[in-house]
Amino acid sequence: MLTRSVPVRALDAAIRDDFPIFAETVNGKPLTYLDSGATSQKPEVVLRALDDYYRHYNANVHRGIYQISERATAAYEEARHKVARFIGATDDREIVFTRGTTEGINLVAYSWGRTNVGAGDVVIVTEMEHHSNLVPWQMLAQERGATLAAIPLTDEGRLDLDAYDRLLADHAGRVKLVAVTHVSNTLGTINPVAEIARRAHAVGAVVLVDGAQGVPHLPVDVRDLGCDFLAFSGHKMLGPMGAGVLWGRRELLEAMPPFMGGGAMIKRVGLQSSTYADLPAKFEAGTPSVGDVISLGAAIDYLETIGMAAIQAHEQALSAYALGRLGGLAGLRIHGPQDTVDRVGVFSLTLDDIHPHDLASILDEEGVCVRAGHHCCQPLMDRYGLTATARASLYLYNTTEDVDRLATALERAKAIFTF
Amino acid sequence: MDSSFYREQIMDHYREPRHHGRIAAPTASHEELNPLCGDMIHIDVITADGFLADARFDGHGCAVSQASASMLLEEVVGKPLAEVAAFTRDDLFALIGVQLSPARMKCALLPLAVLRAALNDE
Repeated sequence: MLTRSVPVRALDAAIRDDFPIFAETVNGKPLTYLDSGATSQKPEVVLRALDDYYRHYNANVHRGIYQISERATAAYEEARHKVARFIGATDDREIVFTRGTTEGINLVAYSWGRTNVGAGDVVIVTEMEHHSNLVPWQMLAQERGATLAAIPLTDEGRLDLDAYDRLLADHAGRVKLVAVTHVSNTLGTINPVAEIARRAHAVGAVVLVDGAQGVPHLPVDVRDLGCDFLAFSGHKMLGPMGAGVLWGRRELLEAMPPFMGGGAMIKRVGLQSSTYADLPAKFEAGTPSVGDVISLGAAIDYLETIGMAAIQAHEQALSAYALGRLGGLAGLRIHGPQDTVDRVGVFSLTLDDIHPHDLASILDEEGVCVRAGHHCCQPLMDRYGLTATARASLYLYNTTEDVDRLATALERAKAIFTF
Repeated sequence: MDSSFYREQIMDHYREPRHHGRIAAPTASHEELNPLCGDMIHIDVITADGFLADARFDGHGCAVSQASASMLLEEVVGKPLAEVAAFTRDDLFALIGVQLSPARMKCALLPLAVLRAALNDE
């Protein structure tokens, strides 16, 4: 078994040279990419892995007897092992490749949910969930006559854990699932997932964690999280779009019916009925995104040469700088935790009463890429009386210069809208 | 900066919108929300003798959607309804006069959609 590699690459501004996209300019200005919460940029090694697969051993997996198919299969399964090791899973069979976080959550909602959640049962989510960890549970609850309850947020942008306790007590004996995000994609809050899971397990509920914003930015070990399912996306952690991961406890996955039927997920197919493959093939019907999965493996190799602890420390330091720099702008509000405790480098901003779309357009003219809108978190927006914010999100390749360019562009926006 | 669409004309209409407010007794009204950004435009119209005699808008949203509404109503109020109905999105973009990115075109087009719906309600 491979062990976690020891970090060998220092995390400094030279890291940017590993990412070809930073040679691009916008309006003759440097590309200031502050939207890694939506998708990350890709290092050369990931692009090369993708190109290498298609150029040299493009073949379907688990089928061919010929050499390039066997090579593709070996690389695909090696990526599964890398993912398992990366998140502390002890069994490769617990790693199911999906298209992304959304598909992973839907897999659990359809397969586990429709088997285990019935009329009168309760699913607990939170007010800060991305729509991908909310809508699948609404659909399940509506279909099964179950109740959806949400852990409310404090004014500071954190989960109200006392209210969570009250929800567990109010619905005693009926809570089947707690679905919570590790990190808020809008506020940057890191949730105390291990504690939430402990309390859920105490009442017999299963815990699903949306890892889309956590796994790319923090050292994550499923044994420490204490959850039962973890879903995340490769493209937010330097991998290509099209490959994501669902981790689940083996005994749960074993007991679940297939999500999609088709090729690769069967043992024996008759005209009237079939028997299903063992894990993880049972949940990987059809041709998987082989090149994307292999390249996600390359992304994990790259992240491990730097080390997730170093990445978290870099983002923490940059967040402290950003909070100070942005905090000095009159009229600017940061919606979410105001210090670096239990938060990542995600900043939801409003500036005076300038519409976030106007802000984002003016920032774009300066080459600064931020996202504007509700960030797929409409209930969260409602909670804070917002229609939209402009969101800047940091990653390992961002620098204090990026934050400075953001601040300067915000000042320009303020000047345009001051009248 | 030259590429900026936050040039004087848009900011002028955003600061001091023309045909802004409500009409006490409109012959028709329509309101629409852009769910992506939360922009809202409400338009009241008065039509008489085949003309768009008056129109006013209010709502909230970005500078582009609000300025677009102001410029649109300034252009079409007082015109024959047939002419208003023939007013296209390209006419609107020409009126705004700056190159909008595809995402921001949606902001600019919201008032035109609302005006058309109001007139179709008649």
